[in-house]
Amino acid sequence: MFGTHYNLERRSIRLVLAIIVAASIGGLVEIAPLFTIHETVEAAPDMRVYTPLELAGRNIYIREGCYACHSQMIRTLRDEVERYGSYSLAVESQYDHPMLWGSKRTGPDLARIGGKYSDQWQVAHLRNPRDVVPESVMPEYAFLARASLRVDDLPAHLAALKRLGVPYSDEMIANAASDAFGQASPDSDKASGVRARYGDATLVSLFDGDPRAVTEMDALVAYLQVLGRLTDVAHRQDDMGGSLE
Amino acid sequence: MVATMTIGERQVALAISIFVALCGVVLAAASGSDPLLVHGIIIVLAGVAGVFIILRDYYAPEPGPERLSRYYDEPIKAGIIAALAWAIVGMFIGDWVAWLLAYPDLTFDAAWSTFGRLRPIHTTGVIFGFGGNALIATSFHVMQRTSRARLPDQLTPWFVLAGYNLFCILAVTGYPMGITQSKEYAEPEWYADIWLVIVWVVYFVLYLRTLARRKEPHIYVANWYYLAFILVVAMLHIVNNLALPVSLGSAKSYSFFSGVQDAMVQWWYGHNAVAFFLTAGFLGMLYYYLPKRAGRPIYSYRMSIIGFWGITFFYVWVGSHHLHYTALPLWVQTLGMTFSVMLLVPSWIAAANALLTLNGAWHKVRDDATLRFMMVAAVLYGLSTFEGSFLAIRPVNSLSHYTDWTVAHVHAGTLGWNSMIIFGAIYYLVPQLWGRQRMYSAALVETHFWLAVAGLVVYVFAMWNSGITQGLMWRTYNESGTLAYSFVDSLVAMHPYYIARAIGGLMFLVATVIGVYNVWMTIRSVPAAEGRPVADQPASLPAGEAAAPARG
Repeated sequence: MFGTHYNLERRSIRLVLAIIVAASIGGLVEIAPLFTIHETVEAAPDMRVYTPLELAGRNIYIREGCYACHSQMIRTLRDEVERYGSYSLAVESQYDHPMLWGSKRTGPDLARIGGKYSDQWQVAHLRNPRDVVPESVMPEYAFLARASLRVDDLPAHLAALKRLGVPYSDEMIANAASDAFGQASPDSDKASGVRARYGDATLVSLFDGDPRAVTEMDALVAYLQVLGRLTDVAHRQDDMGGSLE
Repeated sequence: MVATMTIGERQVALAISIFVALCGVVLAAASGSDPLLVHGIIIVLAGVAGVFIILRDYYAPEPGPERLSRYYDEPIKAGIIAALAWAIVGMFIGDWVAWLLAYPDLTFDAAWSTFGRLRPIHTTGVIFGFGGNALIATSFHVMQRTSRARLPDQLTPWFVLAGYNLFCILAVTGYPMGITQSKEYAEPEWYADIWLVIVWVVYFVLYLRTLARRKEPHIYVANWYYLAFILVVAMLHIVNNLALPVSLGSAKSYSFFSGVQDAMVQWWYGHNAVAFFLTAGFLGMLYYYLPKRAGRPIYSYRMSIIGFWGITFFYVWVGSHHLHYTALPLWVQTLGMTFSVMLLVPSWIAAANALLTLNGAWHKVRDDATLRFMMVAAVLYGLSTFEGSFLAIRPVNSLSHYTDWTVAHVHAGTLGWNSMIIFGAIYYLVPQLWGRQRMYSAALVETHFWLAVAGLVVYVFAMWNSGITQGLMWRTYNESGTLAYSFVDSLVAMHPYYIARAIGGLMFLVATVIGVYNVWMTIRSVPAAEGRPVADQPASLPAGEAAAPARG
């Protein structure tokens, strides 16, 4: 063995090839089957895609680095399920390019935050977290309410995701900008189109309470309110007495 | 730098700089109102700066053929200075965000100043800025010395160094503007990623070209590690960053992968960034500088081989231990845990090989702070790999994951292992490269050492305490069978630890500033050493000088 190595370390190209082989096996064995084994991701026929406004909010969540302090992955542990809700399933982040499971909980998990608090609470909390949770160490995001949301490039965002396999229809792509406006403007004539394309359960709301403009605050709150609610497959598992470790 | 290049190299350098500037123009022109505009301008400025630097010395006399009888150390000096500059920036931002967790109102209601946008400046600054520049600089040094060959030309090393730093600058200027992929430790967007691939391929080819010129029949173990670092980082970087840009004029891209597959790819990348950036490359450093400074050959050739191949093979399997109890299939979690535990064997073989090398030189460890930096690095490498294997065990991970325990673990490794070996190498290199008799102040090296160790201990103990407290509070039930603490209760309990952590980090930062001052004063005011050091002459070295592996 050491004799072989004595010769190997005299040939740079062979050494390079040996390193490549040794360092490739683990990744191939663990990653490749995840794309081919059917059971890796559960079936959830009711799973819907993000609306353009929610997607824009998700991109703000990414831009602000929220994932550095908030996970979106409830583990199969009793205390986590009791604190945050049923454990996360793979299918729930099926359309998440990239996933935002996170690695650290300086703040609580957000996988099922959608619907837990009112829009008003979310906006007040984002403006200054310490107004509603005095002990919070989260930064203030009041600037989001002052920034109007860029919507002109949303069709391009949806089209890019469609090319990666997210089932956006051509109609959804064509109407992305107006749907973003409509979802945050319940009184406008564009609101009905959002529900028609993304389902009746889609939350159409004033979000930040200001009807004059669609802001980044609207988008982020729309995203937070849909977290954990794209499919109810995890809750159905609850009804069946979903088992935990 | 330009004066040491041949005319032909100056022309190519000029062409590359102009090309870079043009790429910047294209990006800026395509960007519209996108934040990409700023990055286009930065790339243009980088290209223009390159043109100016080259033109300033374009007509300087060409170096004569006598240069070929010497090692080419100019880029190493630049790399060390860049590493130190990034160390200050990265550690300062790190300590700043540490204070933000204790006093969250320090954000001035400005978007750029929030924890979420600043934190990746810290991680990129210290890992890629400080660590990466130190790796590139020391690899240039080690590959020349252990091959007894000069770098093959005078342009490629500068391209690698300048190109790599442009990547780092694009990364850290992007985060405050909100440009990020959100993949931890792979935040830079598609155009920066493509640029890094180009730089990295050139770096790899440079390494092979130097090895091809070697006058030693054997490739020394340090080079195996540097090669593994370069190769596997390329593999990880390319796969994890596969993404579709929204358009050529948009900084934003969407990852090819989603959900559970993306999580696995990300942590395959994330943990192997630890493995091949922060471990393999740094073991290369350790395997050269520690025996050199101690004046002893590596303890065991066989342990070097087992350690190297064990680390290279096992590490790639362990990324899934970041995803215990998640929606990742259980079989992958189990594989990750199993290999994480097995990984302890080659890790400790590598650490033991370094520490046993010090047998017979322990009096030097006592007297020489530079060697002590390296010794502590090897010890902390052993301790943090033990902790890593421990944390990868599923039930342990159920407590530690998502808490500050992970942060403690990472900083035990980065402060205790990576920073210590870098500073050990720098204190070894600076007098030699700049031809000085010694460091400006031995007392300041001692001060740096003890302050850094103290800061490390404060930091890690604070985070151990907070992490374990956090983990226990989250899972504590009261007598009626409901959760005993709200999340906010656990947050309140963290406050004193967050202050202690920020103080520990500040101590480490001050220690680094002292080190940088000492390096600066050494370059400026320590008298030149008499004669040229033997280490400067590849052809005339005595046979034993090139740290050939001990056989045994």
